[in-house]
Amino acid sequence: MTIVVGYVPKPEGRAALRAALDEADRRAESLHVLNTSRGDALVDPSYASPQDLEDVRRLLEEAGVEFDLEHRVGGRDGAEEVVEAAEKQNASLIVIGLRRRSPTGKLIFGSNAQRILLDAPCPVLAVKAPAGEAAGHLH
Amino acid sequence: MGDFAALLDGFTTAVQPIYLLYALIGVTLGTAVGVLPGIGPAMTVALLLPLTYTLEPTAALIMFAGIYYGGMYGGSTTSILLNTPGESASIITALEGNAMAKAGRGAAALATAAIGSFIAGTLATVALTLLAPAIADVAVKLGPQDYVALMVVAFLTVAALLGSSPARGIAALAVGLFLGLVGTDTLTAQQRFTFGVPALADGIDVVVVAVGVFAVGEALYVASRMRRGPIPLVPISGKFMTKDDMRRSWRPWLRGTAVGFPIGTMPAGGAEVATFLSYSLERRLSKRKHEFGNGAIEGVAGPESANNAAAAGVLVPLLTLGLPTSATAAIIIAAFQSYGIRPGPLLFQNESALVWALIASLYIGNVLLLVLNLPLVGVWVKLLQIPRPYLYAGILTFAALGSYSVGASTSDVVLLFLLGVLGWTMRRFGYPIAPAVVGLILGPIAEEQLRRTLAISQGDLTALVTSPFAALAYTALVVFMVLGWWLKRRQARTEAELAAAARAESQPAVVEGGRR
Repeated sequence: MTIVVGYVPKPEGRAALRAALDEADRRAESLHVLNTSRGDALVDPSYASPQDLEDVRRLLEEAGVEFDLEHRVGGRDGAEEVVEAAEKQNASLIVIGLRRRSPTGKLIFGSNAQRILLDAPCPVLAVKAPAGEAAGHLH
Repeated sequence: MGDFAALLDGFTTAVQPIYLLYALIGVTLGTAVGVLPGIGPAMTVALLLPLTYTLEPTAALIMFAGIYYGGMYGGSTTSILLNTPGESASIITALEGNAMAKAGRGAAALATAAIGSFIAGTLATVALTLLAPAIADVAVKLGPQDYVALMVVAFLTVAALLGSSPARGIAALAVGLFLGLVGTDTLTAQQRFTFGVPALADGIDVVVVAVGVFAVGEALYVASRMRRGPIPLVPISGKFMTKDDMRRSWRPWLRGTAVGFPIGTMPAGGAEVATFLSYSLERRLSKRKHEFGNGAIEGVAGPESANNAAAAGVLVPLLTLGLPTSATAAIIIAAFQSYGIRPGPLLFQNESALVWALIASLYIGNVLLLVLNLPLVGVWVKLLQIPRPYLYAGILTFAALGSYSVGASTSDVVLLFLLGVLGWTMRRFGYPIAPAVVGLILGPIAEEQLRRTLAISQGDLTALVTSPFAALAYTALVVFMVLGWWLKRRQARTEAELAAAARAESQPAVVEGGRR
């Protein structure tokens, strides 16, 4: 069985990754780390840079879990990508990071987290970034 | 009334709150479209043309001038932080500025670009203020045969120099001239190329053509090659301007102005050429040649000043002779025409209040741009996160709405999309769009002047070349052609060197859109 984690290079994404690592350790399962972009904007802050990805890879290798890293540009939303990956991997758990969003922001942009919760084929673990964590590093 | 008093008068108009507001809207929009690759000032002004029918001319033109200047500022931001030139005149900045940003000196690069743009823009506007009335004084004495000569100069220089090859440019010009012919002949009331379609009897509205080929064509073009992943954005880092940066920047700023302004005034290729020329000049003069290509501040300061100075230079022939030497200038001519104002030598006499308010607003716009750009750079960068489908869908909607509102006729909208496909085809196969628009706008004027000349001379064709000014203009044409050809070669050589350097670093500089 596999745990699917939706990673974004932001505090909530890092929190999700850490939680997923703990969970993978506990369940002795492998990890599928997913970072995608719709690729229709010139700049996408959710899309990890090569350097950021390297950090993630190093962290995963140090943790010693079995993992694979999916990093690509598709035509779809993050939520769709995560749910599909979970279906394809027959995942036991999805881990996602949550961030605070104003009601207006949620109205306009919708919520990826909500879409995942509703559509997921398996349990979902949602974590928040620890209060006061700056947009810093993984460790 | 002296020119200085007239300028002061212009300032009293331009500082009225309502005009300040339009200037602010103009520079904000201009910066935004400058930041976004693939959307340029020409497209924006074209899109806004129908909307501004309800505005008075002064307000509309102040706004357009703000967009024009703003585009030059905004382009540098994308170039420096994203290595994707927002405008064709920022290609060089992309190279040198992005190298600076990667070396942790992004803030200094942005600062030198913005301050250089401000200094060059202001100095060049001073030059415009001094030069334009003098040229206009000469220009009012011109006869119809001289106009014909001027138009021929404009047609051929724009066609031969703005595109990738003279043959393509002239083909595009021919398309524009042809579109200009459609409609009812003003002298004989014969219908030309209307195919019996009543909607075409009034001719094709310039606005519809401009919006069609610029906005719709460009949107289709970008949409047709949309699929491309996000580009990593270099974070802004480092100090804004150190003493050392200042010391290294001020001479390139002034030299960039000196290079850019004259090139802008001449119909010899526009702002893009000026940046290349300034860059190679800076590299030759610099004691730190090895830094060029790896983030030399001179390589940002010079070209960025040059493109703003050239933008002001373009306004000289535009305001004094009615000659557009760039795509945006051509659209601004269309704006003048839509208000029933004849751009040309008589502009300074007949519309003196308008012209001086416009010039005064350029000074104000430059200050606004400096204030808007540097502190708000983070906000502008956020614009790049807008998904492009939304952007282009918005442009298409806006274009359709705008051209429908011109004449409240659906045939205009059909025509708009036909012209959009034409614009896309031209863009796709490397035909420049500016000559087509210049041909469409100046074609009917040229025709009228030509027929008037021949009527006066009773059919004697030599009348076209015997007037001293006309002879001078044709000589100048030859000079411009040679000069333009030389500049192009210089640019090609610089480009080749840069490409070689880029290959060495295996870092391709991506150019998207913005070509004019």
